[in-house]
Amino acid sequence: MDELRRRAKELLEASSVKVVIGYENGTDGKTRALFIENPADAGKLVFDSRCIMNLAAYITKHEVKSKGKMAIAATLPVMRAIVQLASEFQVNDNNLLVLGITPESKMIEFKDLTEVETFVHQYQIEIDSRNKEMLDRIEKMTPSERWDFWIQELTPCFKCYACRAACPMCYCHRCTVEFNQPQWIPVPSSELGNLEWHIMRAIHLAGRCVDCDACYNACPLAIPLNLLTKRMLLDAREHFGGYQPSLKAEHLMSTYKPDDKENFIM
Amino acid sequence: MNIDGRLVRKESLEKLFKILKANNRTIVGPSQKNGRISYKMVENYEGITSEYIQTTQSPKEVAFPRTEKILDYSKNADGMTVKGINADDIPDIVLWGVRPCDTMGMGELSAIFNWDYRDEIYNSRSSRVTVLGFSCGKSDEYCFCTSVGGNPGNIEGSDILFTQLGENGDYLAEIITEKGSQVVSLASDLFEKAENIVKGKFLADVPVRFEKEQVRQNLEKYFDSEQWVAQSLKCLGCGACAYVCPTCACFDIQDEAHGKSGSRVRCWDSCGFSLFTLHTSGHNPREVQSQRWRQRIMHKFSYMPDRLSVYGCTGCGRCSRACPADMNILDHLISIQEVTV
Amino acid sequence: MADFEPKIVAFVCNWCTYAGADLTGTSRIKYASNVRIVRFPCTGRIDYMLLMKSFDEGADGIIVSGCHPNDCHYTSGNFHARRRWIMVRSLCDFIGIDIRRIKFSWVSAAEGAKWADIVNTTVSEIRELGPYNDYKKVAKRPLKEVSHG
Repeated sequence: MDELRRRAKELLEASSVKVVIGYENGTDGKTRALFIENPADAGKLVFDSRCIMNLAAYITKHEVKSKGKMAIAATLPVMRAIVQLASEFQVNDNNLLVLGITPESKMIEFKDLTEVETFVHQYQIEIDSRNKEMLDRIEKMTPSERWDFWIQELTPCFKCYACRAACPMCYCHRCTVEFNQPQWIPVPSSELGNLEWHIMRAIHLAGRCVDCDACYNACPLAIPLNLLTKRMLLDAREHFGGYQPSLKAEHLMSTYKPDDKENFIM
Repeated sequence: MNIDGRLVRKESLEKLFKILKANNRTIVGPSQKNGRISYKMVENYEGITSEYIQTTQSPKEVAFPRTEKILDYSKNADGMTVKGINADDIPDIVLWGVRPCDTMGMGELSAIFNWDYRDEIYNSRSSRVTVLGFSCGKSDEYCFCTSVGGNPGNIEGSDILFTQLGENGDYLAEIITEKGSQVVSLASDLFEKAENIVKGKFLADVPVRFEKEQVRQNLEKYFDSEQWVAQSLKCLGCGACAYVCPTCACFDIQDEAHGKSGSRVRCWDSCGFSLFTLHTSGHNPREVQSQRWRQRIMHKFSYMPDRLSVYGCTGCGRCSRACPADMNILDHLISIQEVTV
Repeated sequence: MADFEPKIVAFVCNWCTYAGADLTGTSRIKYASNVRIVRFPCTGRIDYMLLMKSFDEGADGIIVSGCHPNDCHYTSGNFHARRRWIMVRSLCDFIGIDIRRIKFSWVSAAEGAKWADIVNTTVSEIRELGPYNDYKKVAKRPLKEVSHG
């Protein structure tokens, strides 16, 4: 991605930004996050279809933010996360410059986050066919079968919180699980505790999840926990017309409509 | 020391499994789910996954489970009743299919649990494990056992070590301990006489990537280096590396209380978590990720060899394979070796 | 299961449903006594984790009830609650939690009879369904160890 490298070098040389966040070649043919502060390192930047890690997880990290203004190489899921984070006041135009990479792998340097938002709104969040198939399969199960399925899938979870760490929207300095007054979620890995943890995370992401699959990709045990967040996405669409990360619009779960429809309240 | 080496035919492995089962042994072996391999209790030989270089999770759970009750308590009119763990309730386990890096790791884990305090619960569990190790015929770029004092055919920690003699070949079985001999006595027909088998040529080639003593010496001067920040920027601070590591032993103690009764539980913890060292005063001596990453490396390559005389790493590579951010501990160790402080 | 009496926990708002339940009492309407009421200032304060914890602690059924839309004492608390209930209920159903055991209702301070009706209906339905054994099995006390299968 020559344009990306060139632009990164320029930005660092001019001190317009203090750190550029992108991807580099990693182990075993993978790519991983790269943080460049020296313009001479810009040559290490790569970009191709292997680059799926959501780099937006790093822009709320104190160790990265404290370096100064950041520039980030952002694909569409990363852009969505950035807009959502901006709407939650976690980043702004003063501390972040977005070097967008379109689905056709073209680089666009956005002037500000409003431009990023305009770009992002051209695309709907679509759930891929493999996951759609899994969701349909689960829908067709009886509640009892679903319960057995999820207990079986979630019990192996050993609570490493890689899902939480990789998710750009999980930036709470102290997560709910890290409080013990009250202890909502038990710390040890257990059948019930694991269920409660994953339900809790899905609910805290309702209306915020940008469907980047960072959680699933991070899980060392390949647990399909992203199905829960995808379910929340589909529910938001079904009941409330869906949502797009938006700088100014109100959040799905912190607002309401007087005529929200439901069919189960007696 | 003369190790008793026998020949075990390829087909005999399944027979051995069945004989162990017929003798009421609990067998824990590598089992696949969602494309990841973990150690589970297996009832049938078909449940064992055997095509892999290394499993996702380590076998440490047989001695150090992820969640372990250490006592029950209940409060009643007369006071508090506390019920500890009965060692007799702990089952004997045959651990089937462990790599030499993992068997070496068991020694390292034992050192931690018997260092300043003898952890009797851990010891009760680990003494009830019979280890059937399997040498490595293949390795990948994540493996570095030979850099930390191990090797793909290492007998240390196994009760019996099986080495496959070429692809689809029979096995050399080295009977290393008394526990190993007991297993053989259950199925002595399957352990035939071996004729001068040299296992070396059937083992994987694992090049040495760094010199651990050099790393240890460099670390002594490296504590205040700025490199820790650069190394740890991409670390996300999850617990994946600690949980899959065969020698990581950090744990949390939680009281699962319900009204007047409950249980005290030990569960895995990770020094990578941001609140791992949070004091009740609110002070956190390892507030930033670089301090936590530094702690991980120094614990394994400096503090442990200094105080426990063993390194805290077996070169199994699981941490690097599991890491969502591709931290790759090997890269970092090599750069520490090459540093001129 | 002739002698199974369900344990129902009710999370209600102070201004409408709680007052309504009071009215049920003062009107001397007899109704099932299986419900333990937990009083909140508003349904908007109800955390979904409380529902999970109720099942965890042995409840067989849950009722969540508050003011009718547009009647909330705090103007919009029940609107927020409604949105939350829609999402939480859907996720619970997806996980396989028996959502027939969780009832939501609007009961005003004047609807003493309705409260009795809601409780009676819920209790008889849960009695039919039986104890919530699936949940009780995983909420074992003491904690079940999870390791090697």
